[in-house]
Amino acid sequence: MSFIKTLINGEQGLFKSDTLTPMQKMTLRFVVVGLIYFGFVVIEGMLMRIYEVKPVSFITEQQFFAILTAHPLVGIFGSTYSIVCGAFLFLVPFLMKKPLWSIKLGNWTFLLITTGTFIFWFAGFVSHYAPLYTLYWPLPADFSQFSVWGGTFFIVGIALVMVGTALFIINVFKTIAYTPEGWDKQPAGALLSSALGITGFSNLFRKNKKEHLVPLPVAAVARGSVDMALNTITILFTGILILVYMIGNILGYDLKETAIDALLYKNWFWWGLDLIADGLVLIFVAGTWYLLATMISGKPLFMQNIARAALLVELIVSWTVWSHHLLSDQAQPNMLKVLSGEMVTAFELITQGLAFFIALATLWSARPLKMTNPLKFLLGGLLGFALAVPAGIMQADVGLNRILHNTQWVVGPHVHVAILVGLTMTLYSAIYILFPVLTNNAKMYSQKLVNIHFWCHLIGGIGMGAFMGMAGLNGMLRRSLYINGEFNIYMILAALSGTLILTGFIAFFYNIVMSVGLKGVIGIFTPAKIKTKDLVIDI
Amino acid sequence: MVDSTMVLTGQTIAYTLYCLVIILLVAWFALRITKGKSGVVRPVLFYTFVGFLTVLGVSLHIITYHTIPWAEMDLNRTEYTPDKTFRITVRDHQFFMPSEKLIINVNDKVMFDVKSEDLTYGFGLFRSDNSMLFQMQVVPGHKNDILWHFGREGVYTIRSTEYSGPKGVHMILKDAVVVVPERTPNQ
Repeated sequence: MSFIKTLINGEQGLFKSDTLTPMQKMTLRFVVVGLIYFGFVVIEGMLMRIYEVKPVSFITEQQFFAILTAHPLVGIFGSTYSIVCGAFLFLVPFLMKKPLWSIKLGNWTFLLITTGTFIFWFAGFVSHYAPLYTLYWPLPADFSQFSVWGGTFFIVGIALVMVGTALFIINVFKTIAYTPEGWDKQPAGALLSSALGITGFSNLFRKNKKEHLVPLPVAAVARGSVDMALNTITILFTGILILVYMIGNILGYDLKETAIDALLYKNWFWWGLDLIADGLVLIFVAGTWYLLATMISGKPLFMQNIARAALLVELIVSWTVWSHHLLSDQAQPNMLKVLSGEMVTAFELITQGLAFFIALATLWSARPLKMTNPLKFLLGGLLGFALAVPAGIMQADVGLNRILHNTQWVVGPHVHVAILVGLTMTLYSAIYILFPVLTNNAKMYSQKLVNIHFWCHLIGGIGMGAFMGMAGLNGMLRRSLYINGEFNIYMILAALSGTLILTGFIAFFYNIVMSVGLKGVIGIFTPAKIKTKDLVIDI
Repeated sequence: MVDSTMVLTGQTIAYTLYCLVIILLVAWFALRITKGKSGVVRPVLFYTFVGFLTVLGVSLHIITYHTIPWAEMDLNRTEYTPDKTFRITVRDHQFFMPSEKLIINVNDKVMFDVKSEDLTYGFGLFRSDNSMLFQMQVVPGHKNDILWHFGREGVYTIRSTEYSGPKGVHMILKDAVVVVPERTPNQ
């Protein structure tokens, strides 16, 4: 087959978008948009790296900070939320062996997350609204530095993403509990109780143990969704609060911006934000590891009951862990610093370490395994968290935080390694394993490109984290600029690592486009011709 | 004397060694998983691992509390009497200092009491090689004070360590803190 034919029709013309069910199309839309936004994030990251080495004339200082504000938000919401929502809206009904409660609602989630991300990204790009994702009060309402109109659109974009997220949560819980048409009545209460871990907890005190009605990965999705719901409420409330100040300003009323207690706000904001970073991400990731390990090995999960209990512990830990972000706030009570900031945070070492061990032990039970693409990316994902979680535990220490807080150490070995290596490689593993299911057995264009993707992403991700970490240990701050090239050596090496990640991403994206063809990519976004609620159909 | 440079060197060595071990472990696992026969992992190994993580997580904080000199002093700073106190105000992305240079004697325990009148800022001291001595957050409407023991001579630059908008990047007071030799009894 010629190059042009493959580019248009995909590898061997195997992918036919007309044969896709509405569920397959919806999931693939999430994945494609999530990957496009990941491309945004990688390019933004590279632009910032270049600017940190040597400020370039086509980016102003204001624009740099606008990119810095959008970068993590596009990464979390536009990319990760898209892929996660798409994957889980497919996997929850797949594992529960019943149709998704509402495909329409799923498509609304897709539209709202995609549009919302574009609106806040574009608003930041045009207006340079840049209070950073931390939004420390009263910075988001500082209209001497930022455009009130830019900020208004920015917040509206975030709010749309949150509404989309809320619809996803409703869809997940409804799918677990509802009774499909023509089925026997499903025990909704018992299903929800199993999903949320209440059954498992009660079993501890029962003689006759109740069986788990919900598979473990679905329980992980449900429990992660609880954090997602609480986070959605927090961010929506915060957005409305900021909007009140902005609309007041637009209407000519200067609301006193210091009326809100800055430390209380910071506690509120980090409590909510940590439900993502230390909550749903860790819970979703653990659940995905368990699912992937059992799918790859074909064996039952090692220590399944402990894994279920750990997911519940992780949920509770995620509600009480936020104070590690406030160890350098001198007005924060010592009790919160030590208990929440240090001790509860240390639990994450245990819960995540336990998930790491269980996933590896499950794989080990099926030796010898073929080193497939999902397996190699899963191992990459496990390694990413094994590197990043201890780095986070170190900075969540009263003594060490005094010299690490807000340095590149925090965003390098901890944040970037956790997200780029741990989370993203886990998601890639899920994408590679779901690819044949979602495309009705389309063939991957090139295994060589998969290998390039793997090694470039792994080495680039770890390298970037390492060089940022070295800069941080030598005093380089995050959210800052060093215009005299003080840390250039580290930033150049981090930029080279970023180039590897970009190369890997291009190899992956090209491989996917060549596998399904341009016609196929366009076909994903057209309405499905097959009218069914089934996930896949036999062809 | 244990200072931030020594602590960070220790951390660098410990974390680098850990990274090498975990990377090698996963690489070994990746090689072994494709060979041999299926084997069952014994639960005792799992419980030992969980126990090890528990001990590690808790002992890290106990060890740092007893070895990093500023950790205990920071948590109990109201119980100490500072040798000097500097009150600094921050407003409109500027530090307003009590004097152009803050002069400190070696072995002084110094309280920096920093007040913000508008945004959230940071307050950090940096050596001439840009490495950090310490930092804290400066939150409006709250007391932001840090007690620090200066054990050796040096010149330090003050820099805001928290993002406060693009203007905050330029909040740098070069060589604003000077630590001079210890006072003798008749000084």
